[in-house]
Amino acid sequence: MIELRSLTKRFAQHTAVDALSFSVQPGEVLGFLGPNGAGKSTTMKMLTGFLAPTSGSASIFGHDIQTQTLQAQRQIGYLPEGAPCYGDMSVRGFLEFIAEVRGFRGAAKRQRVEAAVAQVELEKVLGQSIETLSKGFKRRVGLAQAILHDPRVLILDEPTDGLDPNQKHQVRELIQGLAHDKIVIISTHILEEVTAVCTRALVIAGGRLVADGTPLELEGRSKYHQAVTLVGDGALDADALAALPGVAGVEVNRSEGSLTVLAQPGQVIFPQVNALISQRGWAVKELDVERGRLDEVFRTLTRGEAQ
Amino acid sequence: MSQLPVIFKRELASYFATPLAYVFILIFLVLSGVFTFYLGGFYERGQADLTPFFSFHTWLYLFLIPAVAMRLWAEERKSGSIELLMTLPITRFEAVTGKFLAAWVFAGIALLLTFPMVITVNYLGEPDNGAIVAGYFGSWLLAGAFLAIGSCMSALAKNQVIAFILAVAVCFLFIVSGLPMVLDAFAWAPQWLIDAVASLSFLVRFDSISKGVIDLRDLLYFVTLIVAWLAATAVVVDLKKAA
Repeated sequence: MIELRSLTKRFAQHTAVDALSFSVQPGEVLGFLGPNGAGKSTTMKMLTGFLAPTSGSASIFGHDIQTQTLQAQRQIGYLPEGAPCYGDMSVRGFLEFIAEVRGFRGAAKRQRVEAAVAQVELEKVLGQSIETLSKGFKRRVGLAQAILHDPRVLILDEPTDGLDPNQKHQVRELIQGLAHDKIVIISTHILEEVTAVCTRALVIAGGRLVADGTPLELEGRSKYHQAVTLVGDGALDADALAALPGVAGVEVNRSEGSLTVLAQPGQVIFPQVNALISQRGWAVKELDVERGRLDEVFRTLTRGEAQ
Repeated sequence: MSQLPVIFKRELASYFATPLAYVFILIFLVLSGVFTFYLGGFYERGQADLTPFFSFHTWLYLFLIPAVAMRLWAEERKSGSIELLMTLPITRFEAVTGKFLAAWVFAGIALLLTFPMVITVNYLGEPDNGAIVAGYFGSWLLAGAFLAIGSCMSALAKNQVIAFILAVAVCFLFIVSGLPMVLDAFAWAPQWLIDAVASLSFLVRFDSISKGVIDLRDLLYFVTLIVAWLAATAVVVDLKKAA
């Protein structure tokens, strides 16, 4: 389990992380969301023992990161932002170095390196020096060094940043394929990623926690949650839709020629809308019930704080 | 302690992974030869010893050793790999010492490659080989002291060129602190302070070792200097790693 207690980091001018407290249980894949500069990376740097917090504490499976740094760090596999590596080393040399630092020798070392290489498909570039690799391969080398010792905690700072869609998909599959008793923390500002891989989403802005829930719960906060979007052939009566019970309002999207009927919080309005359509005999080409728009929730939550 | 050899090995190998090692060794060998035979008057002296060889090492190291040390930490910070290194389960001590020892052993390898000097002088005459061994040992200690200073300066600057210049400047101060031009500036000071400044000088210490006299105090001086600068390196790495 990972526990943060009022973790705070102040730099000379500003407070990057402000009294952050939460805990993560084994089996959780935590998506760490926030605009650039919200304090995601700083929090991760404190969790991994790279930065010392100004105040507060964090522990990894009972090991305080400040006082029992090495024990805590042994539990963690970490991919820093941008996946920095030793560019002049070969992929094999670098991974063997990591394995040795992690305390593996001889056959165990070879086996660990081989397993990590197979997991992220690096076989073809083993002998190449890292600086000659493409961005996608470099990121995979970073991932390989993070998972090499089969850590109980995996902390990945923007693991898919700058990758093409295929590579993003691979990284997500890799995260989903990890054993289910691990703790995985991913920072990202790609919202689809959260819905795709995370069991829990945490939104921070201005160093403070502004939301904590499953991706579904976050979508539930959207004003578009349970909203119904209609695309009609002829004229649709917006006023009649707005008058239906449980409807919070109607948005008219002129460019697409569609109407979005918003539901009041906790209300399901699809049956009423559907009934009205058949009653009036509207020719509706498309009918869509939304789960909620995560990007809209994200903006609402972080807009005020980010400034 | 257990991970120190791992850091050491990677660091030493990284010297030879780039042309740096070969360029350095080549320049070191050529310059030490030039200094010994032309400036040192090796033949003209008519003595079978390596004093002309060793006596220029201080000045040779002043520019060459900071070039070896400048990448130790500055490069890690520039590329961001310091974040990787410092989140691996190794202690600050292991990281700082492992890197330093790698650089020191590298300097030692370069120094050992000057062995043709020893062969030459043994061919020409009957030198005191004990004094020569002591000279090599002293020269290696001197390189260690320069490297420890360079390591600290490298941790201080993100830019390798700045690290190099800083290291040269600080090393220069340590070299000249025994010379009249510095001591004269302290003319107002009490005698003990002047003695203290003079005793910091590499030149004075190294001079006696290179003549084959290994004084325990000189030995202690270099070891203390190395330990102190490495401790400073650890502190600076901690302060600067995120900047």
